Amino acid sequence: MVMTATRTEQSGAVRPTLVDGDIHTTFASSAVVKKYLAKRWHDYHDQYARWGYDGSNYPKDGLNGGSRGDSVPPEGGPPGSSLPFLREQLLDEWGIDLAINNPLGHSQKNRHPDYLAALCSATNDWQLAEWSEPEPRIKASITVPSDYGELAAQEIDRLGPNPSYVQVLMSIRTAEPLGRPRYWPIYEASERHGLPIGIHFGGHSGHPITGTGWPSYYYEYHSGMSQSFQSQVVSLIYEGVFERFPNLKMVMIEGGFAWLPPLTWRLDSHWKRLRRDLPHLKRLPSETIRDHIWLTTQPIEEPHRPEHFAELLEQGNLYDRLMFATDYPHWDFDAPSDVLPKIALPDGFEQKLMFGTALSFYRLPEVSA
Amino acid sequence: MPNQQVIDSDIHCNVPNVRVLFPYLSQYWRDTIEQTGFNGATDTAYPAGAALSAKPGTKPEDGPAGSSLELLRSQVLDANDVEYAILNCAYAVDGIRNPYGAAAMASAVNDWLIAEWLEKEPRLRASLVIPSQYPDLAVKEIDRVGDHPGFVQVFLAGRSEHPYGNRRYFPIFEAVMKHNLVAGIQFGGAPGTPPTASGWPTYYAEEAVGMAHIFQSQLTSLISEGTFAEFPDLRLTMVEGGWTWLPSLMWRLDKNWKALRREIPWTVQAPSEYIREHVRFTTQPIDAPENPKHLRQIVDQLGSDELLMYSTDYPHWHADDTDGRLPIDLPADRCQKIMSENARAWYRLG
Repeated sequence: MVMTATRTEQSGAVRPTLVDGDIHTTFASSAVVKKYLAKRWHDYHDQYARWGYDGSNYPKDGLNGGSRGDSVPPEGGPPGSSLPFLREQLLDEWGIDLAINNPLGHSQKNRHPDYLAALCSATNDWQLAEWSEPEPRIKASITVPSDYGELAAQEIDRLGPNPSYVQVLMSIRTAEPLGRPRYWPIYEASERHGLPIGIHFGGHSGHPITGTGWPSYYYEYHSGMSQSFQSQVVSLIYEGVFERFPNLKMVMIEGGFAWLPPLTWRLDSHWKRLRRDLPHLKRLPSETIRDHIWLTTQPIEEPHRPEHFAELLEQGNLYDRLMFATDYPHWDFDAPSDVLPKIALPDGFEQKLMFGTALSFYRLPEVSA
Repeated sequence: MPNQQVIDSDIHCNVPNVRVLFPYLSQYWRDTIEQTGFNGATDTAYPAGAALSAKPGTKPEDGPAGSSLELLRSQVLDANDVEYAILNCAYAVDGIRNPYGAAAMASAVNDWLIAEWLEKEPRLRASLVIPSQYPDLAVKEIDRVGDHPGFVQVFLAGRSEHPYGNRRYFPIFEAVMKHNLVAGIQFGGAPGTPPTASGWPTYYAEEAVGMAHIFQSQLTSLISEGTFAEFPDLRLTMVEGGWTWLPSLMWRLDKNWKALRREIPWTVQAPSEYIREHVRFTTQPIDAPENPKHLRQIVDQLGSDELLMYSTDYPHWHADDTDGRLPIDLPADRCQKIMSENARAWYRLG
């Protein structure tokens, strides 16, 4: 069911009823990048923009590196590079009131930390100028050179006070597990500005993309993302990140969520057995997870028997921790109209999923002009 | 439950020190151990002293937990009235770089398993260890001892340098098939590569919890590379890796298979079908949710009563309430399959 926003008669203000937790925009061309990139890096960008970590060569399904066949803008350019077309094909088509913009591929795809920092700054300025300012339904993310905590914190401090940015964005496959101290400056800065952190599918920092070496196929690259999410939750919890940064909130984006309840049970049982090694943890992992970790839906779980979906929600008590997302323009897009299985779910759950949880998580206005 | 039959699909023994292997090593390797820094396998997925490594009371006076057949008899085989038990020795030959050293130590461990455990205790069956990092040498070892009636399984350490579906490992599975053995992927491994896609974690607890994700990656690999299509009679046991995560993995793999199968055209069945046909899971650690109803839901979501095989994982210390019984609320007939009959059929025990 698509819910349409209600426009109040007097003021024309809108009560959002559909929030998309994960959309992707991209630079139309290198010329656009350079419009926002510091001059110092233009030459480097021309020569070495794609010189990063090798090994992760998994040709993606879908056009232009993983996008929907119908998402190429009529005026040309890659999918997700045209605001008019994104408005037409996503926001207006589905009645999306607010969307979280997650531009990918700028935080880790090179070995030079200062270039990454400059590229992230360019991406962030471009998001504001070309997306969020002309289209207020689109909310920006602060992309950061995520494997370099201090540089990332500087960028968060630069943009954190601007309310157009609603989160800090990182990718799941970082150079070290996310609980390690190199990332703490990011958490500290995010907490300082009251920003949640979105951890998105993807990324590459030079390691094999599983804990047991390189797989061969994109199928594994994609399916294996849920193991990466699990590893990172383990690190965040057992390193005590949320005890160190008690106001920090995170959302796991595009990782699925069915893995979370069994992982939570395993974290609890191993914590009970090994807690002598983890004296810095004062709380049960499941309690910490419940207070600090949210998830987006796409790619939504599709159990063979739909009633298992209801069991999954109950097992993880996930009712107010899931946020709907389309992942536009990527090939595995989830449409708002049929994201949930056709079974009875608790009253109010669909509203929380489609907008309520996101509005409060991102502190978005419940009524906007 | 009176008269319930019990087959314990995962118990462990430990090589107490490298010298017990001397009778099974050539003069060359004995000299090497005496005169150089080579000391056999030194890596271990079970740090001595870690609470998971040994349940209190399992350590004999003169060696590490799992090194005494007498204790194993009294604490597991007799105590739980076990009909058969599958003995796994996590001696990390896969972490030995010298290929011939790895092969020699694997042979020694296997001969030691035969002489010191299998020949002394008829209730035991065992996994043979192999230098899996060198598939040609691994095949030789499987050919050498694979027909011994005590060996029912080939030990594959959970963490490997490459995922096991990779075709460089096909010869190992071919040898497993040739000798009518089961391939058993087990907790642990010492490949020298990080145990997560994001590098090395800080705490042992992270690695221990993360082992479940290694099993998930291995299963994904075996399905997508077509290992089960290549070896249609292959039996694979996931030992000590948990299983409450299995429904979620099957959903994800099936969903992605629908969309991406043209990349892996040899995968002609849904991944969940390959899993139900070719893969079994030992029960410990269960990592049970607080609410028993949720555990029962997970068991039902597996979609088959044949996937689980009871284990204590002795002497490793997980739950306290699993000795000789299954802590899952199931009717007696379903319970009995998990307690003994699934393993009996899988390992072709009498």
